Amino acid sequence: MKSNRRTFIGGVSAAALVAGNTAAFAQKKYDDGATDKEIKIGNTNPYSGPASAYGVIGKGIEAYWKSVNERGGINGRMVKFVTLDDGYSPPKTVEMTRQLVEQEKVLAMFQTLGTPTNTAIHRYMNQRKVPHLFVATGASKWGKPKDFPWTMGFQPDYHTEAVIYAKHILANVKDPKIAVLMQNDDYGKDYWEGFKEGLGKDANKVVRHVTYEVTDPTVDSQTIQMKDSGANVFFNISIPKFAAQSMRKAAEIGWKPVQYLNNVSAQVSTTMRPAGFENVQGVITAAYIKDPTDKQWDNDDEMKAWRAWMAKYMPAGNTSDVNYVYAHAVSFLMEQTLKKCGDNLTRENVMRQAANHQKLRVPGLLPGITVSTSPTDFYPVQAVRLQRFKGDTWELFGDILAAEST
Amino acid sequence: MEQFLQQMASGLANGAIYACVALALVMIFVSTDHINFAQGEMAMFSTYLSWQLMTWGANFWVAFVAAVLLSFVLGVVIERVVLRPLHTAPVLSIVVVFIGLLAICNSVAGAIWSYLLKEFPSPFPKTDFGIPGLIGPHQLGVVVITLLVLTALFVFFRYTPLGLAMRAAAQNPQMARLVGVRVDWMLALGWGLAAAVGAVAGIMVAHIVYLDPNMMGGILLYAFASALVGGISNPGGAVAGGFIVGVLENLVAYLGSQLEKTTGVYIIGNGEKLTVALIIVIFVLTVKPAGLFGRVVVKRV
Repeated sequence: MKSNRRTFIGGVSAAALVAGNTAAFAQKKYDDGATDKEIKIGNTNPYSGPASAYGVIGKGIEAYWKSVNERGGINGRMVKFVTLDDGYSPPKTVEMTRQLVEQEKVLAMFQTLGTPTNTAIHRYMNQRKVPHLFVATGASKWGKPKDFPWTMGFQPDYHTEAVIYAKHILANVKDPKIAVLMQNDDYGKDYWEGFKEGLGKDANKVVRHVTYEVTDPTVDSQTIQMKDSGANVFFNISIPKFAAQSMRKAAEIGWKPVQYLNNVSAQVSTTMRPAGFENVQGVITAAYIKDPTDKQWDNDDEMKAWRAWMAKYMPAGNTSDVNYVYAHAVSFLMEQTLKKCGDNLTRENVMRQAANHQKLRVPGLLPGITVSTSPTDFYPVQAVRLQRFKGDTWELFGDILAAEST
Repeated sequence: MEQFLQQMASGLANGAIYACVALALVMIFVSTDHINFAQGEMAMFSTYLSWQLMTWGANFWVAFVAAVLLSFVLGVVIERVVLRPLHTAPVLSIVVVFIGLLAICNSVAGAIWSYLLKEFPSPFPKTDFGIPGLIGPHQLGVVVITLLVLTALFVFFRYTPLGLAMRAAAQNPQMARLVGVRVDWMLALGWGLAAAVGAVAGIMVAHIVYLDPNMMGGILLYAFASALVGGISNPGGAVAGGFIVGVLENLVAYLGSQLEKTTGVYIIGNGEKLTVALIIVIFVLTVKPAGLFGRVVVKRV
């Protein structure tokens, strides 16, 4: 680690020397991918394959840079966004990322999507010392500046979120007996670990822990098992399809626990309505972003601006897809980061500015939630608010919650 | 005991889903001698067609019938356009075409209707149907519809000249041609029928697993298992296979959880459901290669 840093500093000063010789008076510094006219950013997204539902994020980001360029770019430089299809396949992500870094020579990688895919390039990006910014995954491992100083996450991580639910259950449910439904993979386990940590010595309050595989057609069988355990709390770690199925099935067989639903599935149009509004009253979840299908934001200024942006730059996009709000928000953060870099567009400075946001308001985040980072805090959005389902919409309650995941 | 009954009922309901898709697989096999890997995705596409018609204001059953007919036509067109030129091609080329169809159906559906989950209505009355707490109205409806489709197919293949001609064309094209069966059209018809049965399956399943382009992925695996267990050449066997697989997988989960309760150790359960289904398939195929209800085909060389 030490020698790495030393060679790095050497490299930077050498680059500075070269730059100093050629452009003596301009204080401009560039690494690969940045010039007087252009900033080149790389990205991989699943435009095909099993996770192609998330491909809209890549398209949304592309549209965002188009709107930035029409406004005149960032400090006069046009953003060139190169996004490639990795089909959510980690080996492909490695191939595409190497192509972007070594041939396209991008300044930074931004919003590469997926937990397994980002895991595959995690080490590579840090060895190459190329910024690996605001990755699109909620795993908890992206905010470790000591070991991986070139990688930074964006959204609140699953681990932190689960800790918050666990604390809320212990504080609010009398004599809790908890049943957990979990998707049997890294995403599910990240939540599960956080949940156990949050329960602490009360971990034995979990009376039933059932899993499902993504290939299962339904989770009816698991829901019946949870009911049979006599649990009065249901923590639901599942993607929209299975979240909707399990909540509907619970109502069907007459199981009425206090329900906690992971944020992954909190969207009204893809989970709550399919589950049936009458079956999901009182369900609790944590949120950090505004759901475009939630009518409480219909007259919200930020969301109105977002809708206008969608109409202009993403006319074919589905405005009920929260992924577009997400794409817009994370791109805004990247724009602010690059803007702060000024004319010093080195990779090292990009990371320094990314780790230097103070209470930045990012449109699309819930009221009261802001972005703060520091050289030791690589978790941009860390706060969530709890909300409870009522009628056909979410109702925020309580304070802004943040649990440091360190 | 309550849990046991609920698990059995839910197993039967899931079994009906597998049986529906397995029926479509059997249809293609009986009428063309191929196994269509794109069957699930074609069914998904048909389901989107009916969903589209409903959002345009059609009543459920109108959309249902229209989607089934449209799927029939589409099936015929696919056979004529895509598979016709491959009549003499080796099996491997055809398998590749099926996998290509799978990918195409999936991406086209995603491009047209997006990958977001959609709810799909149930045509069955919410009250006075099903057994409260045990089996929902829709689940019971799916079981009934599956059995109806099975009966219709049985009658068609057994007692109508067209059905007999189709079977002949699939099993022995040369001889069939000699006795005056238009083999080419029989194959196309077989594709049409399979697509239509797939559409019924998709529309029935969509209320339970919700509508999205990947809805059939997992189901197709179980449907293959069902069709193979029951006998890929026998519609009745495929339906029985579907129910067997559905009930067995829930039994595994149930017994596993009981075992965990008494011993305190997790030995087998929810994680091994698919594994168990596939082990059953291997076991059945080893002991009885034609499937439980399949007839052994003897080919004279």
